[in-house]
Amino acid sequence: MITHYGYIDGSGEYFIVIDSDKCSGCQKCVQQCPQQALEMVTEFVDLEDKNVAAVSELHRKKIRYTCAPCKPQDNQTPCVLACEEKAISCVWKPL
Amino acid sequence: MTQQPKDTTEYWRWQEYHRVRSEKSWSNKDVITAGIDVGSVGSKAAIMIDGDMYAWAVTRTGSNSPDSAKKVLGMVLEDTGLQLDDIKYTVGTGYGRVNVPMANKAITEIACHAKGANYIWGPSVRTILDVGGQDIKAIHCDETGRVTSFLMNDKCAAGTGRGMEVFADLLKIPIEDIGKVSLSLDEEPEPVSCTCVAYAKTEAVGLLRKGWTREKVLAAYTRAMAVRMANLINRVGLEKEFVITGGQSKNMGIVSRIENILGVKTLPSPNWREGGLDPMIAGAAGAALFGKALYAKSQGS
Repeated sequence: MITHYGYIDGSGEYFIVIDSDKCSGCQKCVQQCPQQALEMVTEFVDLEDKNVAAVSELHRKKIRYTCAPCKPQDNQTPCVLACEEKAISCVWKPL
Repeated sequence: MTQQPKDTTEYWRWQEYHRVRSEKSWSNKDVITAGIDVGSVGSKAAIMIDGDMYAWAVTRTGSNSPDSAKKVLGMVLEDTGLQLDDIKYTVGTGYGRVNVPMANKAITEIACHAKGANYIWGPSVRTILDVGGQDIKAIHCDETGRVTSFLMNDKCAAGTGRGMEVFADLLKIPIEDIGKVSLSLDEEPEPVSCTCVAYAKTEAVGLLRKGWTREKVLAAYTRAMAVRMANLINRVGLEKEFVITGGQSKNMGIVSRIENILGVKTLPSPNWREGGLDPMIAGAAGAALFGKALYAKSQGS
């Protein structure tokens, strides 16, 4: 499942996109995130609970500010680079 | 001079109800499962017999999630002859899912909505827009109802059911009529610039003072909400097998404007007023279906 964490508002589009089907649960992205914005959550898929990376609830509604220091527009943030499964990407389109 | 009686009508107050499909019956051999979807504004419950819908209920969520879960479960059991003990497995979902005390398991509403939409509209459903009381979710799923892509906007209450409730009250139009009234103009006004619920009152009152009719203000507001919702869908992927769930699926002003903006018709919904499945119970239906699958798994089959 591809989850888009973030929002579209009057100032543009801001999303960290995580594909939980690819996520191995290694937690490297969680460790690498300088803002501590990522966490592990339980996702219910195919009748099993799987531990996957997610943007923590605290940061979802202010992601534009939380993630800005990592320059997500280049899609080369520490979380993206940490993920060996290529499960994370950024969509960053400020107006 | 006589004083005008104070208008205490609660225009936002929508109808709570429960329904039993009396043509179906159950026995102790059947796997009876329940799904309880405690939303931010509405609580929904579904009872299934071997994965087939038997009864459902829709009620308002109070300030206390466990109480709302108990209330809606009590309601759905009415006239079914079922007791709590007859239910083999209960799944809680929705905003208040962790506060459903009788649930064997809590599952996110995203998974449940997709599963439920797959049940209500059939396996062709691919894109689901769930317009809830406090958030909007755009979901893309496969033919089994498994979620492939998902996006939620819960940053603010603009464009949600709660926003519509506030507007119904402000314009003194009963919530059930709000869709019809918003479509009563010959020409669609420009959408309002701001969909913020907190500012809606200021902006709406300003427009009314400028001489706009209630209908025009409502149309402009509904339009602005629909534009916001349509934006979300494009991000997860719009396909023509598209449905709207949640309370606002009953607002024809929202539904027809979204169809118009996206250029896609929603799949025909069952007529819930005449006993058909209610698009509001998609989450509860999905939860009850997961309940059946999880029960089977626990029995080792």
